[in-house]
Amino acid sequence: MILAAWRRVVAMTIKELWALLRDPRGRITLIAPPILQLALFGFAATLDVKNIDLGVYDRDRGGYGQALIERLAGSPNVKRIVPLESPQEVRDALDNGKVIAVIGLDERFSRDIAAGRPASVQADYDGRRSNAAQIVNGYIGRIVSGFGAEVKSAPVAGTGDGAGTSVVNWFNPNLDYMWFTMPSLIVTLAALSVLSVTGQSIARERELGTFDQLMVSPLRTWEILAGKTIPAVLLGAFNATVFLVLIPLLFHVPFRGSVILFYVALFCYLFALVGVGLFISILSRTQQQAFLGMFLAMVPLILLSGFTSPVDNMPRWLQVVAEADPLKHFVVIIEGLFLKGMGAGDVFANLWPLVVIAGVTLTGSALLFRARME
Amino acid sequence: MADPVASAKAVTKRFAKDGPAALDRIDLVVETGRMTGLVGPDGAGKTTMIRILAGLIEPDAGEVMVLGHPALETDRAEIGYMPQRFGLYEDLTVRENLDLYADLRGLTGEARQASFDRLLDFTDLKRFETRLAGQLSGGMKQKLGLACALLKQPELLLLDEPSVGVDPVSRRELWSMVKALIGEGVGVLWSTAYLDEAERCDAVYLLHEGKVLFSGAPADLSSRVDGRVFRAPVEPDQRRALLRRVLDGKLVLDGVIQGDSVRLLMKEGKPDADVLGKLAASARPVRPRFEDAFVEILGGGPPGTSTLAETYATVPDSDTPSIVADGLTKTFGAFTAADDIRFEVRRGQIFGLLGPNGAGKSTTFKMLCGLLTPTSGAGSVAGFDLREAKADARQSLGYMAQKFSLYGDLSVRQNLDFFSGIYGLGGAKRKRAIDQAVEIFHLQPYLQKNAALMPLGFKQRLALACAVLHQPPVLFLDEPTSGVDPIVRREFWTHINGLVERGVTVLVTTHFMEEAEYCDRILLIYRAREIAQGSPDALKRRARDAGAGDDPTLEDAFAVLLQSADRSEGREPRQAA
Amino acid sequence: MSGLSLRRLFAMMVKEGHQILRDPSTLLIAFVLPPILLFLFGYAVNLDTARTRIGLAVLDSSEASRSLATAYQNSRWFEVATASSLAPLKAALVSGRIRAIVVLPQDFGRQVVGGGGSIQVIADGSIPNTASFAAAYAEGVRATWAAGRFPERGAGGAAPAVQLVDRYWFNPELTSRFFLVPGAMAIVLTIIGTLLTALVVAREWERGTMEAIMATPINMAELIITKIVPYYLLGLGSAVVCTVLAVTVFGVPFRGSPLALFLIVSAFLAPALGQGLFISAATKNQFIASQIALLTAFLPALLLSGFLFEISSMPRVIQLITYAFPVRYLMPLLQSVFIAGDLWGLFGRGIAVMMGFGVLYFVLTVLATKRRIA
Repeated sequence: MILAAWRRVVAMTIKELWALLRDPRGRITLIAPPILQLALFGFAATLDVKNIDLGVYDRDRGGYGQALIERLAGSPNVKRIVPLESPQEVRDALDNGKVIAVIGLDERFSRDIAAGRPASVQADYDGRRSNAAQIVNGYIGRIVSGFGAEVKSAPVAGTGDGAGTSVVNWFNPNLDYMWFTMPSLIVTLAALSVLSVTGQSIARERELGTFDQLMVSPLRTWEILAGKTIPAVLLGAFNATVFLVLIPLLFHVPFRGSVILFYVALFCYLFALVGVGLFISILSRTQQQAFLGMFLAMVPLILLSGFTSPVDNMPRWLQVVAEADPLKHFVVIIEGLFLKGMGAGDVFANLWPLVVIAGVTLTGSALLFRARME
Repeated sequence: MADPVASAKAVTKRFAKDGPAALDRIDLVVETGRMTGLVGPDGAGKTTMIRILAGLIEPDAGEVMVLGHPALETDRAEIGYMPQRFGLYEDLTVRENLDLYADLRGLTGEARQASFDRLLDFTDLKRFETRLAGQLSGGMKQKLGLACALLKQPELLLLDEPSVGVDPVSRRELWSMVKALIGEGVGVLWSTAYLDEAERCDAVYLLHEGKVLFSGAPADLSSRVDGRVFRAPVEPDQRRALLRRVLDGKLVLDGVIQGDSVRLLMKEGKPDADVLGKLAASARPVRPRFEDAFVEILGGGPPGTSTLAETYATVPDSDTPSIVADGLTKTFGAFTAADDIRFEVRRGQIFGLLGPNGAGKSTTFKMLCGLLTPTSGAGSVAGFDLREAKADARQSLGYMAQKFSLYGDLSVRQNLDFFSGIYGLGGAKRKRAIDQAVEIFHLQPYLQKNAALMPLGFKQRLALACAVLHQPPVLFLDEPTSGVDPIVRREFWTHINGLVERGVTVLVTTHFMEEAEYCDRILLIYRAREIAQGSPDALKRRARDAGAGDDPTLEDAFAVLLQSADRSEGREPRQAA
Repeated sequence: MSGLSLRRLFAMMVKEGHQILRDPSTLLIAFVLPPILLFLFGYAVNLDTARTRIGLAVLDSSEASRSLATAYQNSRWFEVATASSLAPLKAALVSGRIRAIVVLPQDFGRQVVGGGGSIQVIADGSIPNTASFAAAYAEGVRATWAAGRFPERGAGGAAPAVQLVDRYWFNPELTSRFFLVPGAMAIVLTIIGTLLTALVVAREWERGTMEAIMATPINMAELIITKIVPYYLLGLGSAVVCTVLAVTVFGVPFRGSPLALFLIVSAFLAPALGQGLFISAATKNQFIASQIALLTAFLPALLLSGFLFEISSMPRVIQLITYAFPVRYLMPLLQSVFIAGDLWGLFGRGIAVMMGFGVLYFVLTVLATKRRIA
């Protein structure tokens, strides 16, 4: 009996694997897009602000003004200085998004500095891109205050020297945004491919008419679901392994944790995803419904995961909702393993919610499958 | 000579550059006021030909003229076209579908209302005007599809397999609807895989693998085998063995079972009765049919002994019936799909479930193979109760679905591996089962190919191979040979007959009367209830007594029994020619 | 083969309308998904750092230390966990319970007396933006504290020689919701325009209804128009729903004119619908169409449109790639019409480019459909 059950599960698993991998187009769609997306979105998904185009409206035309502009132009974050000649040009440049900020120097700027009077710099930002504007504000502030300190011939005696804040960034000393994005992409891309594959799996058999063929065979419910689960998990594990190798190798993001812990957590995560995918697939009558259902689930899962914006920033009650999101827990683990060298204790503390989610979704799928067999 | 409304000269079409020709230098003429049949098995090129005439595909070579213009430039308002899948919007109502096609064809004003009235009456769809097309039964969809094609009386009507999946009564209704148009001067091209329909056309083009095997009046083809076709009554339990023996012999070209008789096509040269040996006394010559002649052109049917049966373990004798339906009932809400269905099938018998579309035969079939749970009643398969021993029951049955329902994107080999695996075969046993299947069904050349890319005949062979890998004592067949050519169908039934002689029990549902003739007993279901049960010849006798002529076919019997059921329950009988 | 027939056009559009209204999945995508998306982008995706959880290591027991620690505890920017040694806080940083550690060193009290008083910030670089914000605000709290305690010293020194006067145009409060909600609307339009259209038209090919329609006197232009108009109207309807929700529920200002919004949305729907039609005509298969639409429409709208991530910060190659997606041009237009007003110069150019893409896609669609059903 056990031997026969074992053979049935193996046959089912191999069949699912072939269904995924036999078609060369299928093979490519499973493997190429994730790698392409990793490269494309890894570079694209950055909250850094670089290559800024900065407008300058210089009514001063004095030496100090020139010096400040050169200093701004010399900043590694500034790509280009756009000279502007009138308030109208300032307005156009900001309106059309040609520049993210305009530095305005009034006629008295150089004279004020030369005379030791406080001089002022006007900075106008494009508030439509509020986040970027804020960061640019930080850059400009630092340059202007540095400039101010230098031109001040005689600083007021010894008062503030030595007071200040020294900042150390652990785990990611240069605050390289890619170090955050790359590991998170493992989480989202694995979710995309595993949900696509499992979401279609049962709906497709229903639509093609092979579902009846399975139902009249001696396969038990759990054997069918196991056969659908294992290939999806293997596929997810394969993609994640490729990323695990590529990310440190090509993008120089360190992996500081334990590989064993990585795989333990990965498998729990993949089972949770498969549970969600099967649930959608069983509910759907057609492939179109399965696809739209997958889509409806995927968007909130990604947005609540902390990938696009920190979970900490969400309203408290939404943070509670996010606890049910397997992606959210796995993002914490993956960031921890890559950058922080997180230990077993911390990993397991974030792992048990994944185990609970996997248990609930897989059991739910099995029950739903039985209920909807006809 | 009538005017041609459409003609094709030396039309050739290939879908892959170096691939085989889907159509190879086809000449064809459709004339006004005649029913022209385009006949052939699936994959013969019928659909491609019709699409070319409809101006939907451009041929690689050849000239196509429709209504006096090249096909691509013809005024399509004058062509009625019904594609194989009807072209109905399932989420629109009957009326909305009609409205849409009327507008597209520019049918307005009084003519429009008159046309609607005529067609709704004609198709008997008036009652269902506000029903969604997706909720109509197969036969009704077919009629609505035809109505949409006929809205504006076309000059040319192209029908692509309008009778597929439709029960015999609806098929007759459809036929008479179209026949009526012929009288009004419409040129009709009717494509079909049913050879009995071909026989009733005025002119026939017989397509096989992209070539025209025959064109002309159907009777001209049938006359090739005049005087060589006989029918001989046989003891019911001897028919399969006898057919096997005569087909293995040298004198008989082709043979099929027809109820309590065998129908034989003799080889040329010795048409006299003495070659029939023992049968000579009872054998009577019968009028040849189109199909007899077609098989003759193709070189005759397969031999009578099934190589599959030779490798099959004999199913042990048993007193318990192999299949039992004991008051099976299934309701969906207020709707009763099957009502108190009862029958028993003994070991080594073929049992047929027949009935119009939506009558409940599929529901009964599905309950017995475990796809539906009965609302009440009980059933068993191979002695295993359907409720208590579901898994054991499933292990004991082989299932072959109507549509090809193996994995088309897996190779033949992978399909065989999969099905042997899920039936728990392993090791040497599994290897032997697969090797034998490959040999018996000639699958070697296709082993590494995707199953979906095989010709229909091979798909059907693979489906049977997968169903019997684990040598089940019971086989469930759902319209197993619909659309395949007659040679493949004969080969299929040779295997089934062989298995039955080994003690295998078969349950089959079909719309196809040729298949029904092979049954030992038939259950006719109508409106969820049993209306008749008995051997094919017993049903024919009942029909004869009810006034269906001297020698009714099984199809006649089917129609007459339905009508008398209607009458006895006080309903207007379904119209049937 | 005459010219356009109004009767045929109308009949096909009525049919499409019936189908849209009867398919729950279409309505779900058109009217349920948009509010969900707006909601998620309005609340879940919050780039404005709220209260950050930090650890405060007070290694010094002086009065100054206690006073500064109180300042941190009272700050509205932080949620503070205080400890008298570094070790437990380091563990908390690794596990992600806190995002930064502020260290008040052992000799802090003495330093302050001597006119200094430096502190250290150890930030969790694995979430770079939170790290920068935490460091900046930690310094801010310290500077304010110092200024309050030693008014004579000024804020960390004397009055600066050069003062920066900041002004944020359009969005002075820098509320990220103001640009995220219009951005979410762009995503909704992409989903309806491309994803839904691709699916629905591919379904007609799959079910064979396209074949029956093409055998009627209808011509190519009519066929394409009747596919565009209903989904265009659906897109407009959805845009109205989004706008109303954005203004009433999410409090986003609407400073432009309805006419401008109408023109922008219409101009974007042209290429979006065109792309959807092209995908379905080229694939004729729902599953493949859905995957391609996901990859070439939805993901770019999310990641390459400048919506969440600054395009100028991306590598050059990826910046070039973004020009291929019409949604990239839509994003600044939508954000402007909501929070800046009618900037016709900007709008004119964007609309022209999007219409250009529209024409391109329609030509491609006609070419792909021409191959007929073979």
